[in-house]
Amino acid sequence: MAIAREAEPVGSLTDAKEAGLDREDLLGIYRNMLITRGVEERGHILYRQGKIPGSFYTGRGNEAASTGVATAMGQEDVGTPLHRDMGVHITRGVEPWKIFAQYMGRQDGPTHGRDGNVHMADQQLGMIAMVSHLPAMLPVAVGCALAFRIREERRVAVAWFGEGASARGDTHEGMTLAGTRKLPVVFVCDNNQWAYSTPTHLEFATEHVADRAQAYGFEGVVVDGTDVLAVYREAKRAIEKARNGGGPTLLECLTLRMEGHAVHDDAFYVPKVMFEKWAENDPIERFRTWLRDNVDMTDEDEEEITGGVKKLLNDSLKRAEESPMPDPADLTKGVYATPEDLDTPHHK
Amino acid sequence: MAELTYLQAISDGLRTEMRRNDKVFLIGEDVGVYGGAFKVSLGFQEEFGPWRVIDAPLAETAIVGACTGAAIMGMRPVAEMQFADFISCAWDHLVTVAAKQRWRAGTAVPIVVRLPSGGGFSGGPFHSQNPESSFAHIPGLKCVCPATPEDAKGLLISAIEDPNPVLYFEHKHLYRRIKAEVPEERYTTPIGKARIHQEGDDITVVTWGAMVYTAEEAAQQLDDDGVSVEILDLRTILPWDKAAVLESVRKTSKLLVLHEDTHTGGFGAEIVASVAEEAFEDLDAPVRRITAPDCPVPFAPPLEKAYIPQVEDVVKGLRALAEY
Repeated sequence: MAIAREAEPVGSLTDAKEAGLDREDLLGIYRNMLITRGVEERGHILYRQGKIPGSFYTGRGNEAASTGVATAMGQEDVGTPLHRDMGVHITRGVEPWKIFAQYMGRQDGPTHGRDGNVHMADQQLGMIAMVSHLPAMLPVAVGCALAFRIREERRVAVAWFGEGASARGDTHEGMTLAGTRKLPVVFVCDNNQWAYSTPTHLEFATEHVADRAQAYGFEGVVVDGTDVLAVYREAKRAIEKARNGGGPTLLECLTLRMEGHAVHDDAFYVPKVMFEKWAENDPIERFRTWLRDNVDMTDEDEEEITGGVKKLLNDSLKRAEESPMPDPADLTKGVYATPEDLDTPHHK
Repeated sequence: MAELTYLQAISDGLRTEMRRNDKVFLIGEDVGVYGGAFKVSLGFQEEFGPWRVIDAPLAETAIVGACTGAAIMGMRPVAEMQFADFISCAWDHLVTVAAKQRWRAGTAVPIVVRLPSGGGFSGGPFHSQNPESSFAHIPGLKCVCPATPEDAKGLLISAIEDPNPVLYFEHKHLYRRIKAEVPEERYTTPIGKARIHQEGDDITVVTWGAMVYTAEEAAQQLDDDGVSVEILDLRTILPWDKAAVLESVRKTSKLLVLHEDTHTGGFGAEIVASVAEEAFEDLDAPVRRITAPDCPVPFAPPLEKAYIPQVEDVVKGLRALAEY
């Protein structure tokens, strides 16, 4: 039996306006979703061209969930986005050329070739780089919230995880600490229904991941992760609640992972009908229709947006390919921090 | 100068930093109301309040992970593991997250994890271990193991000041047994610098933590035989003061490495390998290691005595080296 609250869809423009979004914001969200998908589609081409070493992961189907939550965050808020959350990096303002450079292991990527794919974050933009042990980032985000609570700052940390990661002990411990201390953190579960090849019923025994929230002493909400405005509205509610001392929320964004775990994986284990059903709810196509119906997005508006995105991606690819490979002579530099590394917005 | 126990010196160092810098906070199990299992933070919550002396749930992963997040947000967290043995539950957060964040993402993680370690009290397999060598293998971490009250205070302040994750191994067998003069003012003890505990000419003993005093007692017996032993207290094992070890070995030409951790892959192996690489020609005898055997720490007193290197074991090793 479900315990978590099921979020209502956002219908009209009035709903969106009530949630704090004007026409320009809405078109901005659409643009960010297009860049998000575009970066990953171009990345996939680079991978097939042999320009990306290792493996390659995409978040196709998760664009609304990642972009919606990131749009609801304040400038001073922080987060730990994972590998399906490209929309968070884009919304926070990471330049796509740096992401392409990261994919290709180039010197100008955020990790300078030291780590790959989406294992990156711009600290100046309030993001913390993920590790492969996915739920490990939950206690880290809880610690950010703890710092805000100790200093009595009105800031919020957003902790992303997948439904697979919900099985690990880090999730339990992070939520226990956050719940007992009522810390300003929002747990966002990207439930894309498949952890590599493992379906949800083998990852958790409740109906929803968000049902667990009650056990930790806070609210759980399930939202349709293909509805960017519903995600935004629920994320905004949760973030402002946390900011105002109301403690954590577990927000579960339900989507389907529309590609394999990584691009080498053809996802044969996902029933074909499942893909067909969820393809009807493609988050970008869905929002595009909404914009045309509700804010009179014209052909001209669309051309301007898609043309701008295309140019941005072309220019970004070119710039990334000009970036050199990292110098092996620097391999062992920077294992240890120096006091100068503490010159960040957070340490001031 | 005041005479303080090793434990009081740790408290003094922590209190000094917490008074000086309001970004420093302590988090751990029972550290607040109870004052910590060993009473290192007794009275701290009254002075600093419940948000700077935080009683955490029984969740080491959350404690160390949260310290990492708080550190990235500009705080200077100090975590207390109730026993060093429980750090295994937070391995991922030290090794996977904190240790690698600077190198791969440019993010400094200035945290200190305090680890009450070592045996001698029938603590058994889970309250007696010396896990420092496991962490000394991890690039990105620092490991310090003070042996004296003065270093206990100075190294704790250095660890808190350091912009990296630092594991601070505090030996439980020194807590109330070892007492010495400790400067009242704030000072730091450099991480990576060994200390000559006792000068000598004939044999070098390299050790750290509680074994410094075992070595001292053994050296006194050798002194009666007319053999002069130099005891080098390494103080920190990551980074470790290789130059000081090589200098001493070049002087004495004989080396004994002594540690309370187990034998295979213990940090002594690294010291001995480095001496073999860089001072082979200076040696007049094969190097020796005296360590715990390769088995878990036992409970019953006769077993534990057989496990932890004793003065007579060290005397035997030193005599064999002296006669070689």
